[in-house]
Amino acid sequence: MQSNAALEYDYSVARLFTYTTILFGFLGMLIGTLIASQLAFPELNYLLGEYGTFSRLRPLHTNIVIYGFTLSGIWATFYYVGQRVLKVSIAESPFIMAIAKIHFWLYFVGALTAVITLLLGITQSKEYAVFEWPIDIVVVLIWVLWGVAMFGLIGIRREKALYISMWYYIACFLGIAMLYLFNNMAVPTYFAAGGLGNIMHSVSMYAGTNDALVQWWFGHNAVAFGFTVPIVAMIYYFLPKESGQAVYSYKLSLLSFWGLMFVYLWAGSHHLLWSTVPDWMQTMGSVFSVVLILPSWGSAINMLLTMKGEWNQLTENPLIKFMVLASTFYMLSTLEGPIQAIKSVNAIAHFTDWIPGHVHDGVLGWVTFMIMAALFHMAPRIFKREIFSKKLMEAQFWLQTTAVVLYFTSMWVAGITQGMMWRAVDEYGNLMYSFIDTVTVLHPYYTIRAVAGLMYLVGFLMFAYNMYMTITASKRLEEEPQFRSPMAA
Amino acid sequence: MFHWLEKNPFFFAVGVFVVIAFAGLIEIVPNFAEASRPVVGLKPYTVLELAGKEVYKKDNCIACHSQLIRPFKSETDRYGQYSLSGEYAYDRPFLWGSKRTGPDLHRVGNYRSTDWHENHMWEPTAVVPGSIMPAYKHQFTNIADIETAYAEAVTVKNVFGTPYGDEFQPSKEAWEAHKPKVLAEAKAIADDMKDPGVKAAVEAGEVPEIVALIAYLNKLK
Repeated sequence: MQSNAALEYDYSVARLFTYTTILFGFLGMLIGTLIASQLAFPELNYLLGEYGTFSRLRPLHTNIVIYGFTLSGIWATFYYVGQRVLKVSIAESPFIMAIAKIHFWLYFVGALTAVITLLLGITQSKEYAVFEWPIDIVVVLIWVLWGVAMFGLIGIRREKALYISMWYYIACFLGIAMLYLFNNMAVPTYFAAGGLGNIMHSVSMYAGTNDALVQWWFGHNAVAFGFTVPIVAMIYYFLPKESGQAVYSYKLSLLSFWGLMFVYLWAGSHHLLWSTVPDWMQTMGSVFSVVLILPSWGSAINMLLTMKGEWNQLTENPLIKFMVLASTFYMLSTLEGPIQAIKSVNAIAHFTDWIPGHVHDGVLGWVTFMIMAALFHMAPRIFKREIFSKKLMEAQFWLQTTAVVLYFTSMWVAGITQGMMWRAVDEYGNLMYSFIDTVTVLHPYYTIRAVAGLMYLVGFLMFAYNMYMTITASKRLEEEPQFRSPMAA
Repeated sequence: MFHWLEKNPFFFAVGVFVVIAFAGLIEIVPNFAEASRPVVGLKPYTVLELAGKEVYKKDNCIACHSQLIRPFKSETDRYGQYSLSGEYAYDRPFLWGSKRTGPDLHRVGNYRSTDWHENHMWEPTAVVPGSIMPAYKHQFTNIADIETAYAEAVTVKNVFGTPYGDEFQPSKEAWEAHKPKVLAEAKAIADDMKDPGVKAAVEAGEVPEIVALIAYLNKLK
């Protein structure tokens, strides 16, 4: 390899995953808006008969957003960032290239199959781990393929030390692999019962409290290794790159990485406070959730300080705006979570709408903002064109920011109202409200949430349109931009 | 140390794995050693109830209903005795849920009856004005998969030692021999219902989803 010749990276796989990020992002948010509206206006449940009820669509929404949109975004960025920080082109190894292509296509087919089976009601009913065993096997295969591609690239790298983003991609790979395997252990009944019944059906290896413990150890930490770790990987690459600033502190990044790895897994049992899980585990979950503020804020502060002395970029470059706001929402969300994990707060918050509120300020404000910013940064480089419209991007930013704020404030009020009404007693110590009173009172907040969802969806459509025009119609670039992404007026 | 790890991806990955696996080992393994012992008098689900549990899963009732009563006065007043670990010993998977858009169902069998459920699933607002629950009319015509439920009973008996009788065997003949019991149980439920289509289906040897689901809900107490 000549040391002074620029490497020609191959972005074919990154492009494929970019398309699915946009496709699944749209679908996931569309269904999200529909189910939010169904809670405010139940008549909307019957648009598609059996397949259109809130209950059937809700797992479809969560799964498309998690495994469709977010995973696609993770892989789109990985197949871009991975090559660049390892200083190796994927096309240098026909083997890795083939693996990466198979990775994409198996993923795409698997995702479509998952959507169909969920619509049909084929489910394990474990939240975020609903797929039945044949699909689980496909998921494992997809994961292994990604692992081979990633460690293959690492194996032929030219850059000796792994950049921070790679740490997080590796952690994402290992964490999800471990969690997914253990949580989805199940016995297919067809084989255990001599060929009786439905071949898709299985029973969990764990029962009752144990099953709950494994499930939330998975559920909480899938957030860690799906919504936190890989998104941190993105911001550690894209924010310094886009702003032309070096990461503020290497030591802080070390501290927050290893801290996050160690602390996060303990916090899963905070989903089971006041349940039948042993008390000491609940306490551990609670305490470690609070400790978790440190490594989370460590990364976020590291990112914000990266902009030190360069805050003017915030007014000039909408991409910086997206990323800084994402970091801020990350801080909000990782403060809110620990507060909800305090036992006395949890007694009110658990089972209420404050929880979806918390999830969504994280996912809409942090995950989606960061993924969109990453794709915007990648677009001029992988499609060799200017970004189509800066104005549209600005408008999208404000629309979606307003939407997120409306979303979480309405859900905070709804959740706390609900929690307080459930426990309210009159002067004689009798319950003051019947359950249905606590449902009907939420109508205004559900309406606000549905409007917020719609606004966010419109913003995402603006993003999709901007990307589409960038890819197809924008001005061509002769040279690859060094940092700030070139944009049309 | 950390610099060295960054240049040795294999050991880096091992390091990450050890650090993340640590918490799981400490928090989860002890509970498995204790396992979920059933409370005294707890019976495994009948085949019909298992089929109903599948309907509960299929229509994803867990999205809006919990099955976990927390030890607070407001909850025990509203729903009944708080939940005990041993009550879930035969629940694979657990169905605690994480959101109460509707009320908790862990003891719904104590305060709702077959005909209430029938009306509720057909048109929720007919029995609970203001309800935002969708109607589940398709459960009155869809047929529950009782053979798979039987396969599940056989599986948990053989693999996990769930106490089902000796007549539960992994064979077509054993299933055929057991099937009349399932249908008799279904008929007892259908007798308390008014929907003529459901009654006719049960007479004809089929179990509509609603019958299985009500069997399951009645068992929750």
